[in-house]
Amino acid sequence: MRHGNDGREGTGVNAVAQTGHRRLAVGRMAGDRRRVWPWQRTTLAALAVAACAAPFVLEPYRVFQLTMVLVYGIALLGLNLVVGHGGRVSLGHGAFLAIGAYIAAIMTGRLGVPYPLALPVAALVTFGLGLALGRPALRLSGPYLAVVTFVTAAVVPPVIKRFGTVTGGSMGLSVPVPSPPSWTGLAEDQWLYLLVLAVAAVAFAAARNLLESRAGRALTAVRENPAAAEILGVRPGSHRALAFGWSAMYAGVAGTLYAWVVGFVSPDSFTVTLSIVLLAAVVIGGPGSLAGPLLGGVFVTFVPAAAQRAGDAIPGIVSGLLIIVVVCFAPTGLAGLLRMAAGGVARRLGRG
Amino acid sequence: MAGLLLQIVQGLSLGAVYAGLALALVLVHRFNGIVNFAQGELAMLSAYVAWQLLDAGLPFWAALPVTLAVSLVGGMLVERSIIRRVEGDRELAPVAVTVGLMVFVNAAAGLVWSFAVRSFPNPFPAALSFGSAQSGFSALGVLGVVAVMMLLLHAFFRHTGAGLIMRAVAADPVAARLSGVRVGRVLGLGWGLAAAVGAIAGILVAPLLFLEPNMMGGVLVYAFAAAVVGGFRDPVAAVVAGLGLGVAETLAGTYVAFVGADLKVIVPLLVIVAVLVLRRGPAGTAGTAGQW
Repeated sequence: MRHGNDGREGTGVNAVAQTGHRRLAVGRMAGDRRRVWPWQRTTLAALAVAACAAPFVLEPYRVFQLTMVLVYGIALLGLNLVVGHGGRVSLGHGAFLAIGAYIAAIMTGRLGVPYPLALPVAALVTFGLGLALGRPALRLSGPYLAVVTFVTAAVVPPVIKRFGTVTGGSMGLSVPVPSPPSWTGLAEDQWLYLLVLAVAAVAFAAARNLLESRAGRALTAVRENPAAAEILGVRPGSHRALAFGWSAMYAGVAGTLYAWVVGFVSPDSFTVTLSIVLLAAVVIGGPGSLAGPLLGGVFVTFVPAAAQRAGDAIPGIVSGLLIIVVVCFAPTGLAGLLRMAAGGVARRLGRG
Repeated sequence: MAGLLLQIVQGLSLGAVYAGLALALVLVHRFNGIVNFAQGELAMLSAYVAWQLLDAGLPFWAALPVTLAVSLVGGMLVERSIIRRVEGDRELAPVAVTVGLMVFVNAAAGLVWSFAVRSFPNPFPAALSFGSAQSGFSALGVLGVVAVMMLLLHAFFRHTGAGLIMRAVAADPVAARLSGVRVGRVLGLGWGLAAAVGAIAGILVAPLLFLEPNMMGGVLVYAFAAAVVGGFRDPVAAVVAGLGLGVAETLAGTYVAFVGADLKVIVPLLVIVAVLVLRRGPAGTAGTAGQW
């Protein structure tokens, strides 16, 4: 913790809530009185206990769904770095997810490497690719990042199919599921859940620290006023590209976890639709907040699958309408709404 | 040799479609600075409207103007009802809204017309229907229609009062408003024109690709590449790039064994990355003002 002595009251999430960009993002809502939920630490502790206890209470299918929420939550956390904190749009994070997943599938499935090794390799490769793609795309002002990432996402499935000798083509590859060490006595789904939970905890802590660090503040400065930031010695291009690299890395890590949890990768799991759903989830969950990605993960895991039952066209109609409605009428997303509700409850309790 | 010539003509006709959609993207971006991810899906919707009219027994050359009028009004309505709310916002809101619109229109078309593939009649006569000659004939027809459309747009912007007003808004919305121009209406008209231009691209490509809700997904990728070459501002560069991309794609798919039919889609990605790496300055290629 590096912010204990800088004159602010609380530490941890309280301090995050006080940094400038959070205030701006939430402050766009009318009627927001900036009352912060007073029991944040208690709530966080309760959530942590619930998260650790969940796999021992719920049935296996529910545990699998929760695991997927966390996997998508990690990817969205990364996307949120670009979208919420950087103010730029990526429509290509499905591509980084695909790369992470295929690295896991090829390393453990084809080459027989122990499965934990796939995680750092996927992280490094996607970080490098993100940096390489972000550098030219973010050099120019304008809509180029959204366009180039959209086209990249469109290119990924055909490329995977074309190099079928390595990737298994359109048939896909099965991935050996990480088995729990025997001394733990855990079932497979519980082990996977706890593994993903641990990675998610590290990812969230890292994202929070990153945003509070010099680099995070530079990113906010570049988003709010590029010219002023540049005059102060912050290079907009480098910081945006670096943020895009980090963000791609999160998606790559999530891809590896996805391959472990689902146990199968195929090009049709990583179409443009996935990238669009990820962007929708960030927008609906709440851009620029730390709770937003988790809420977005809940959206990705449950809403399209539930809508699918009503018909092939329904997921698109629901997601499309939700994006438009949320952007036009609730730009802070679910996280912002939750925050307003919590503020209202806190106010009421404070008065009573 | 005849084979190569045919490939080039076919590439040009595909390229004319890319150019048409790229032109629509440039139009929208010129007026309100938004990259419209839903442009392809709106064009698909127009193609379905045309199909519905043809199905009802209208001849093609009567269905075309009706479809264009419907698209013009539809585009204006979309702009005035939805896009207006996010105009002037930073990147996230406009991109997210047009992406939401893209997803919604795609699914809605699937709901109304189902995701089944339909054939769309080719408007150009099959007078010399011995194989390659016919495809050459319709390719020339596509090129001709796109050329006429560009000339009409050019004439509209250069030689009419309404075109002058629209150019004023594109150049400086604030000054135009101060001179008494209803900027909101012009922005709506910009979307309407773009939707009509896109409708032409959709109707021209429907016989080549068959009509289905996902028909424009691939076309949009190429149109983006063409529009990026024009910096989303320069209509002439975008159209030339669209034609070039069509030819490059067809030739690479046929003659470069490594690329083949599967990997053709990598051509637009390479073009975009090359433009981004090589271009200097903030936006646009050569002179941006007065290109109409």
